[in-house]
Amino acid sequence: MKILVCITKAPDTTTKVAFSDNDTKLNEAGIQWIINPYDEWYSLVRALELKEAGVASAVHMITVGKADAEPVIRKALALGGDEAVRIDADSNDSFFVATQIANYAKTNGYDLVLTGKESIDYHNASTGAMVAELLDLPYITHATKLDISGGVATVNREIEGGEETNSCALPLVVSCQKGMAEARIPNMRGIMAARTKPLNVVAASADEALTSIISYEMPIQKQGVKMIDENNMDELVKLLHEEAKVI
Amino acid sequence: MILVFAEQNNGNFKKATFEAIHYASKIAQSAGTQVCAVVLGEAANLSLLGNYGAQKVIHITDARLNNLEAKAYSKAISNIATQENAQYIIFSNNNTSKAVAPRVAARLKAGLVVGATSLPNAEGVVKKSVFAGKAFAFVKMNSAVKVISLTPNSFGIEATEATAEVISQSIDFAANDFAVKVENVNKVTGIVPLGEAELVVSGGRGLKGPENWGILENLATELGATLACSRPVADSHWRPHHEHVGQTGGTIRPNLYIAVGISGAIQHLAGVNSSKTIVVINKDAEAPFFKAADYGVLGDAFEIVPRLTEAFKKYKASHA
Repeated sequence: MKILVCITKAPDTTTKVAFSDNDTKLNEAGIQWIINPYDEWYSLVRALELKEAGVASAVHMITVGKADAEPVIRKALALGGDEAVRIDADSNDSFFVATQIANYAKTNGYDLVLTGKESIDYHNASTGAMVAELLDLPYITHATKLDISGGVATVNREIEGGEETNSCALPLVVSCQKGMAEARIPNMRGIMAARTKPLNVVAASADEALTSIISYEMPIQKQGVKMIDENNMDELVKLLHEEAKVI
Repeated sequence: MILVFAEQNNGNFKKATFEAIHYASKIAQSAGTQVCAVVLGEAANLSLLGNYGAQKVIHITDARLNNLEAKAYSKAISNIATQENAQYIIFSNNNTSKAVAPRVAARLKAGLVVGATSLPNAEGVVKKSVFAGKAFAFVKMNSAVKVISLTPNSFGIEATEATAEVISQSIDFAANDFAVKVENVNKVTGIVPLGEAELVVSGGRGLKGPENWGILENLATELGATLACSRPVADSHWRPHHEHVGQTGGTIRPNLYIAVGISGAIQHLAGVNSSKTIVVINKDAEAPFFKAADYGVLGDAFEIVPRLTEAFKKYKASHA
């Protein structure tokens, strides 16, 4: 059973975002790029566990990005996995990204495609669903547990207002979140091995982007905090009712 | 036509669904067209969706749609969108729409914006929150058909007495549209999901341990609020991870967010700073969260929270 893990880079969570070119571009100066946490902690690590357990025969990774995505995919290779491919294009449009991944997956044949539940930069949470649609496969989101036995996946997933246990025959696309696996730190052997693992760069197909970012805006800063005496909670309740009008 | 997916569960609709219908009706008004709501699975009294601005309801009664099946849902909604000549397809952004809306968009080659917080302008540009609330982006959908997934609590609801015409229809599903089998369902009832909650009470490491959550639970019960927590709390398994808000947890925008014993790391602020009003209770005057708060109370949470609960109780009694 072959697994394809979709990886994207994201700004480190401590990043203070800023914009340039009249607020039309993300200012990338000083940004530390990390593997999108949901892709790393949950989907990649679970794929590696399935390989270690002898359930999966191969774990491949794919990212859509320019050369600046390479350190991130090398780090993913240091955690484990057999090989990676980078589709050489930069896009924030989910349909474009999903088309590239679906094309590659179709050519190379995978039984399971894993994504994180969303990326922590644009929060589109769309790549997995679109890949599934383009490959005409079933799709299970927000998975907290995934086991494979006899070509059938058993998945626990978070649904609106609860949890479900699903089963589905492979091939299948699953988006992963917390609960799926524990974070790992690459060890020295992994880091050394990652240097020689195949990282193929493939040209992107000329697909259209269906969306484009026009500009950015920073949120309005708070006017300053109003401190309330700790012995006067009636005052706080009064302000929440009369001034903030939230109760 | 403006199409809106009206999600239901055992015939019940959430407030966020009515908000999505109302949002669709505003788009329809400026486009000079009407709103058609799509309901999947068994449900009754659907003409009431007209209260929120739908003129028409298309109801696919197939019982196999009572549970979420992303593939079948997407086919049904896409087919109806094509049949009704939809310009926009509106969802409320939640776990269900995340499984379905992108599939619909890919199927129809439609531009998709997930987590919109504004109406689209005439050029098909909408505002959405990015980098977990650290900024907003204006995103243009470059396609004829456009799909928008609306952030709950970002638009509001208006209701009238109007009713909608309900049309039952069937969809020609293939066997493999229902490949995912539901073995077990465990639904929590009576609690407003965090993403839709208007009032949220949240706890951090400052509470020292899960055994101390009682004071927050009392406050939340008094207020009718939903509980949340910071990442260290979820990571230490003091609280279930679905309560975790912040950059790697949920991003929320309630009317009131009360943070107790949370210092306010940038990752946490990112997930909650779209809240309309923020109250911070912390014993550390240097806690960064005070800078992002509207109201602050400096002191011992174990004394202040019960006092606040009492104050709410008094307020409720005098406003009953």
